[in-house]
Amino acid sequence: MAEKGVAQVWRRIKSVYNIQGNHCTTCGTYYFPPRPVCPNCRRKGNLEEYRFKGLGKVHTFAIVRQAPEEFKRQVPYIIAQIELDEGPRLTAQIVNCDPEDVHIGMRVRACFRKIREFGQGGIIVYGYKFEPTMKVTGHD
Amino acid sequence: MEKDVAIVGVGMSKFGELWDKSLRDITLEAGMYAIFDAEVRGKDIDGIVIGNMSAGRFTGQEHLGTLAVDMGGLGNIPAYSVEAACASGGAAVRQAYMAIKSGEHDVMLVLGSEKMSDVNQSEAMNTVSVASDWEWEGMFGATFPALYAFMARRHMMEYGTTEEQLSLVTVKNHKNAQWNPWAQFQRPVPLEVVMNSGLVADPIRVLHSSPVTDGAAGLIMCSAERAKEFTDTPVWIVASEQASDTLALHDRRDITTMDAVVKSTRSALREAGLKIGDIDVFELHDSFTIGEIILTEDIGLIEKGKGGKLVEEGMTEIDGKYPVNPSGGLKARGHPVGATGVAQIVELVLQLRGDAEKRQVDGAEKALAVNIGGTGGTSIVHILGR
Repeated sequence: MAEKGVAQVWRRIKSVYNIQGNHCTTCGTYYFPPRPVCPNCRRKGNLEEYRFKGLGKVHTFAIVRQAPEEFKRQVPYIIAQIELDEGPRLTAQIVNCDPEDVHIGMRVRACFRKIREFGQGGIIVYGYKFEPTMKVTGHD
Repeated sequence: MEKDVAIVGVGMSKFGELWDKSLRDITLEAGMYAIFDAEVRGKDIDGIVIGNMSAGRFTGQEHLGTLAVDMGGLGNIPAYSVEAACASGGAAVRQAYMAIKSGEHDVMLVLGSEKMSDVNQSEAMNTVSVASDWEWEGMFGATFPALYAFMARRHMMEYGTTEEQLSLVTVKNHKNAQWNPWAQFQRPVPLEVVMNSGLVADPIRVLHSSPVTDGAAGLIMCSAERAKEFTDTPVWIVASEQASDTLALHDRRDITTMDAVVKSTRSALREAGLKIGDIDVFELHDSFTIGEIILTEDIGLIEKGKGGKLVEEGMTEIDGKYPVNPSGGLKARGHPVGATGVAQIVELVLQLRGDAEKRQVDGAEKALAVNIGGTGGTSIVHILGR
């Protein structure tokens, strides 16, 4: 399967390790993952790299109880759409939080974690997950 | 109302986990039944379109256009294979519609086919999840049910949709499927069984989800001039429209609305010169029951947020004001991904002919199908009329 390829993971490291996207200076919209074309401005757009602060809130979530092979050890886990403070949403796991405690609107911040490994001897993928800010800083 | 492209024959394979049948067996079966139904001869058919999502991963076989021509013994006619994830079947119907309308083809065999049970459950899940944005959703652990759970949770929070309403869609669709001889689950299921079924990705339970299914469906489509050779009463495709949206769900303006559905439905109704209230029967893409609720809103049957109420009040039953999924839908007929869009059209043709037996919607004259790819990245709408 293509997703086991080293290069496919390697070429996204900068973006996935740093939550690096881009920002269109014409319309002011932030994008994650980085977009090759600003859909608002197209040829009038001007995209510059932007490293997100990694802060946001839960837009929606699910508790995954039936997962593919590589995620079975983590079940049940929380997967969520996070709305970053700069605007865009992304999909990531939430850790350091019981499934009963997660809620829409909960403040979260990014942390660096192992995402998955592709079987025995397969490549290990690292990247972002999110955790409740309250657990880390003591305030919401 | 345009009457340029007709459907003169329909066929289906049985839907289910068909361990004794291969991809080619089911594809041939659906095609042959469509050919027999139309009473068309092999030499009349001048092209094939086949919709399929992922035979390469499910069975190790690609190049399905040629496979279909070869199995059918149709010689050297051209064959086109199209893919639009779970909307591959609808895409095949639309490709044939455009080919016939353009004058390039006259009589086409349209197929949708998927053989899903040759791989284990885990691999089937992985394969279906490539219909989402694999690198930015699936890679991080978002399964396909989880993405629909994202929509469901948000719909519940914003509009007060309940777990019971999600479950009532299942109850209705299973009830209808007991009268559909091709359906995977030809039996009713009580509400409490649905509501206590295992959680897949909260709030979505296993009985809110369409199953792993093997199956194929076929149509004979032709130009108006040729239609009279085969039947005096063809069913017409009076509108065919398609729209796209972002690949990833998290990039949508609003995850409780499928903009591609809103746009393609509006265009199709305009093309047909109809209002949504003129439609007598619907096949809507219920890969998860929240999908059916959202689609009833997005095609304009009821305002945003009230889709749960619609099913609760029985409005979408076969004898209700807006019959939705008399076939049993994806939930109970089964969801062989590439076949679904064609199977929806087969059901609506039977409904318009008055051949749907115990699941017949009385006096149905206009019908509408919505076939969705991924989480709403593709929407294909067809309106049929007599």
